[in-house]
Amino acid sequence: MTDERFTFTIDGAAVSARPGQTIMEAADEAGIYIPRLCDHEGLRHQGSCRVCTVKAAGRSVAACTQPAAPGLEVESEVPHIHALRRNLVEMLFHEGNHLCPICEASGNCELQAMAYRLGMIEPTKFPYLEPTRAVDATHPDIALDTNRCISCGRCIRASEDVDGKGVFGYVGRGIHRRVAVNGIDLAHTDASLDDHAISADVCPVGCIIRKRVGFSVPIGERDFDHQLIGEAVQGKRR
Amino acid sequence: MRQVSLVETRDSPELIAAEACAAVGNDRHRLLDILLTVQNRCRWISPAAIDEVASALGLTPVAVRGVASFYAFLSLEPKGRVIIRLCDDIVDRHAGYSGVLAAFEEELGVRLGQTTADGGISLEQTPCIGLCDQAPAAMVNDIVLTSLTPETARRAARALKSGRPPRDLVSPQFDSLSAHERVRAAVANNIRLAGNVLLGEVPREAGLRRASAMAPAQIIASITASGLRGCGGAGFPTGRKWDMAAREPAARRFVICNADEGEPGTFKDRVLLTERAHLLVEGMTIAARAIAAREGILYLRGEYAYLRDHLDAVLAERRAAGLLGGAIMGVTGFDFDIRLQLGAGAYICGEEGALISSCEGLRGEPRTRPPFPVQRGYLGLPTVVNNVETLCHAARILDRGADWFFAMGTEGSHGSKLFSVSGDCSAPGVYELPYGVTVRELLELAGAPDAAAVQVGGPSGVMIARDSFHRRLSFDDLATGGAVIVFSGARNILEIVDYYLSFFVHESCGYCTPCRVGNVFLREAIRKFRNGHANAQDIEDIRSLSATIIETSRCGLGTTSPNPVLSTLAHFPLVYSAVTKPMGDGLQATFDIQSAIESARGIARRRSFVFDRDFSK
Repeated sequence: MTDERFTFTIDGAAVSARPGQTIMEAADEAGIYIPRLCDHEGLRHQGSCRVCTVKAAGRSVAACTQPAAPGLEVESEVPHIHALRRNLVEMLFHEGNHLCPICEASGNCELQAMAYRLGMIEPTKFPYLEPTRAVDATHPDIALDTNRCISCGRCIRASEDVDGKGVFGYVGRGIHRRVAVNGIDLAHTDASLDDHAISADVCPVGCIIRKRVGFSVPIGERDFDHQLIGEAVQGKRR
Repeated sequence: MRQVSLVETRDSPELIAAEACAAVGNDRHRLLDILLTVQNRCRWISPAAIDEVASALGLTPVAVRGVASFYAFLSLEPKGRVIIRLCDDIVDRHAGYSGVLAAFEEELGVRLGQTTADGGISLEQTPCIGLCDQAPAAMVNDIVLTSLTPETARRAARALKSGRPPRDLVSPQFDSLSAHERVRAAVANNIRLAGNVLLGEVPREAGLRRASAMAPAQIIASITASGLRGCGGAGFPTGRKWDMAAREPAARRFVICNADEGEPGTFKDRVLLTERAHLLVEGMTIAARAIAAREGILYLRGEYAYLRDHLDAVLAERRAAGLLGGAIMGVTGFDFDIRLQLGAGAYICGEEGALISSCEGLRGEPRTRPPFPVQRGYLGLPTVVNNVETLCHAARILDRGADWFFAMGTEGSHGSKLFSVSGDCSAPGVYELPYGVTVRELLELAGAPDAAAVQVGGPSGVMIARDSFHRRLSFDDLATGGAVIVFSGARNILEIVDYYLSFFVHESCGYCTPCRVGNVFLREAIRKFRNGHANAQDIEDIRSLSATIIETSRCGLGTTSPNPVLSTLAHFPLVYSAVTKPMGDGLQATFDIQSAIESARGIARRRSFVFDRDFSK
């Protein structure tokens, strides 16, 4: 296998890759973090949030789905791409209702952490769409507030591919596309706290809420209170 | 298969759903067909039907609901026995849509989006249905009405209300007409200029006869040498596409005809499907021989459902004549057949990946590329997807030779092209001309002396002004899938841009963030201009938002949806500056206090004489 490896560059740094790897997979192994929201370790790549947009050979592509290629020159941490990513994260904030101060996910939220990492520190220019979707608290152990959903689909893939259940699915089209549950409400699905789809890792925001554990980790001691999102990947860099 | 008890109520949604599933062998790839059957028979896709379909196909109900909720012509709420869908395209609006709508509303006693109290008739609107040359137009179940006026709308509404079937509106002798005559009775072809490639005299099976005696590699070489490029808009070299699919090692390959002509203002494929259906199938059959495909799909947009019987008849006729099926033209091993897949109201399905998803019974969402359809397309197998016109050209090239086709047109755009001309002109219709014709020449033919703006290539193309009418319609200058929409000086450019953005918002599949969300913001920004709240900074902001959408979107919809904004900013800058306020003290009018307190004022029942728009009511 080793002799099949090839090299390409990200922002000038040489990165080694195996045939079939995406730009992001190779970057992760090399300790180079490319921002992402819909992509999640262990789940198939979806390429929908577009936050991992990079320029590869002059063309803008999603790093999570684009295969790496020998000699490919990839631009990632450049002002132009950075601005695109911030724009996309702003869009996600404005599409839903993301009120960090009252959200249980604050500090563990990847959307919030991404906003900090990308320097979203001033009021944005976009209008707020302010959805008013009913909160689904019917399940004894789990609640869903899809007003905070960013349509990343990680719960859908985790439930289908890891749990083998299909508790979640996309319905609707365009701006009305959203994650729905496989039943009239969550209580009428076979969702359970043991599901990978329900685990703290999979939902990047405060949409899937595990009941009775809220604030068990206090604000100030949460994942992104002391480090930027992506530092775990960057820590692998030699 | 589920056993159906005899005591069960006839036509229960469960029974209908079970029958629909059984009719396609409980094949989940045929989910769209199943849902269309359920929709047509039950008038909606009820939760009970969804559960039944899910269990028959081994899918989760949410997956079935996901597909049902994707397509505009499938409904999760009960609809009337008759659904009237008025085309609300900008051309129809300019041609009297609002008067027609008012007539229907008044006569039926319902508003747009509602169903009559007896559950008989639903009144809806839908984007371009491919009848801009005879606007205003409407679909009524699976027939269409054209060149509507308030009077004809009233008559139609009264007839439907009295219980007469929609087909009576086309012709009192509808039942005695052939499938082709039925289409002709409803829709005029409006062929204004027939060239010698597609719309002139075309000998039957001449191309196929030659192809059947040729080796696949020779066929591909001939198509490559002709310079033929995809006629759907993107212009990919057809020979190369066929070659890539042929080279891919696989046991099965597919040829799909993209008859999902959805770009507003385009209707040339409608005419080809009506008058050149044999040529089209000939082209598909030639493509099949070239890439060694035995199976084909003709994906017909739901808006063209009225063409279905006609196309089915053509396929049946060809099977009977040995031109489809086994040993075509007597050549052993030349086997190919086609199934017709009807769409259900989704512009995005004109994108080849989305079209393949739709054929597989999935939500019509584009696919991640690579792999490309020629590598892994329908069912993960090599698939050639070509536009109707492209396949018709291919058949003609095999007959007349690559050199004949190559000699026409311009350096980078060989051959001829069908242009669909509509809007403010005296002779809307289809024009067959060599590539390289100027916009001005086309406008003269179509009788548009007052043209002030021309939308070339539909909303995803560009809008040009008089100073660009000398430009040429070709891939090297103004590329177009065929739509040429003419606007006179009396039209409001920003209204057109607003409409086109609304179209893209409606048709975005919602998969990726920039297209799903960004297009909504872009439309809101244009409305800010229309409402007179914009300042110079807003022009910069819509440029930057457009650039983000174009650069980060996943498919062609998002990479072109800001074009109405960018091309009008480039060609009609005064339209924007005329409604842009100076920034004055630097105040940004992003926050409108009056609209912000509107709902609170309503709750408090406090009215403002100065600010309430509806104070007098």
